[in-house]
Amino acid sequence: MTAFSNRPQTRDSVKIMSRLDLTKRLVAKLHKHEAVIGGIGNTNFDLWASGRRAENFYMLGSMGLAVPIALGLAIAQPERGVIALEGDGSILMQLGSLATVASRAPKNLLIVVMDNGTYQITGGQPTATGLGADIVAIAKGAGLSQAAWAADEGHFEEMADQALAEPGPWLIAVRLDAEKPKIQTTRDPVQIRSHFMRGIGTQPAWGS
Amino acid sequence: MTWAEIIVDVLKRNNIRLVPYVPDNVLTPLIKAINEDPFFTAFTCTREEEAVGIAAGAWMGGMRSLILMQTSGFATLPNALASLSVPFQIPIVMLVSERGTLGEFNIGQALVAKTMRPVLDALAIEHHTLARLDEVDFITDRTIKQAVATQQPGCLILSPQLTGGKVL
Ligand SMILES: Cc1ncc(C[n+]2csc(CCOP(=O)(O)OP(=O)(O)O)c2C)c(N)n1
Repeated sequence: MTAFSNRPQTRDSVKIMSRLDLTKRLVAKLHKHEAVIGGIGNTNFDLWASGRRAENFYMLGSMGLAVPIALGLAIAQPERGVIALEGDGSILMQLGSLATVASRAPKNLLIVVMDNGTYQITGGQPTATGLGADIVAIAKGAGLSQAAWAADEGHFEEMADQALAEPGPWLIAVRLDAEKPKIQTTRDPVQIRSHFMRGIGTQPAWGS
Repeated sequence: MTWAEIIVDVLKRNNIRLVPYVPDNVLTPLIKAINEDPFFTAFTCTREEEAVGIAAGAWMGGMRSLILMQTSGFATLPNALASLSVPFQIPIVMLVSERGTLGEFNIGQALVAKTMRPVLDALAIEHHTLARLDEVDFITDRTIKQAVATQQPGCLILSPQLTGGKVL
């Protein structure tokens, strides 16, 4: 499979897609109990709307930390696939984490950057990607050679298939429309953590 | 044993294997010992917040961590601690090399150091200062054990009284 290399793209040339649709397409491919770490706000909300998987973690408020959390989990559980979903504003806040991921090179990590060019949840102010910064170019510069833009939905699916099957780390960047999430996650941090830890086998069920 | 050797020993007894850090000069002997020991996975992060995220993910995945930093690095952490470690009940254990006191030569370090204990107290984070060699084992061991048992962060502050600190 060569989904990451067969269609070199720039941010300007790729299709503008739906976050909810892409999240659903990705989640539908998770058959090996892969863990998903959702980034702040809208990325989380559409992950929540894509099904209440036990292996999903919804991070509340710690803008930019989805990738570091996913890296820590990928180190602790090297046999499990780990996916970080992160907004463009959030990844811009913690760009150094891309260099850390590149230097650790976890084989089981996929980062998906949800680039709508704005801080959508705080009112749609433009981010640096909306003003010309290219996350794939930044990721490559940080040492993540397996980073690419998804040209359209079909290409995104091919890339996800490759990333879930072959050694990472991987980074897929997608461009998004301005559609807002319809529902929001629960806001109970302990319940989120506990549910997740049961889902990934690190906390026994209540009473067992 | 030196303070660094004692800490390595306590970490092993408590099965703490992951050590993400942002370096500090005073921490050098500890960082060196940990890097040379295959028991540990140790690496630098670009920011201390990143280390908190990594330690949180690792904890949820079943692996314990200690994160290392200096006082100025701790000053970047209130949001990560208040939004992730405390409310999600994830025991992040921190070891902070204390700059800014007992002979500090950099006014910025002296000022930022003044924010550390008030922030820890504001977040009700258990913290202890390691100032004497004969207390290092007990305080470090008990701080780790309490963090794990209560599922709350804990912070160890490495005083210049123990390490000699950094002087001009
Ligand atoms: C450290 C920090 N700074 C600012 C905020 C406020 N904030 C919350 S979400 C957000 C925007 C997130 O943007 P992005 O990651 O692009 O996601 P989008 O809203 O576009 O889905 C901001 C600025 C915050 N929570 N934490």
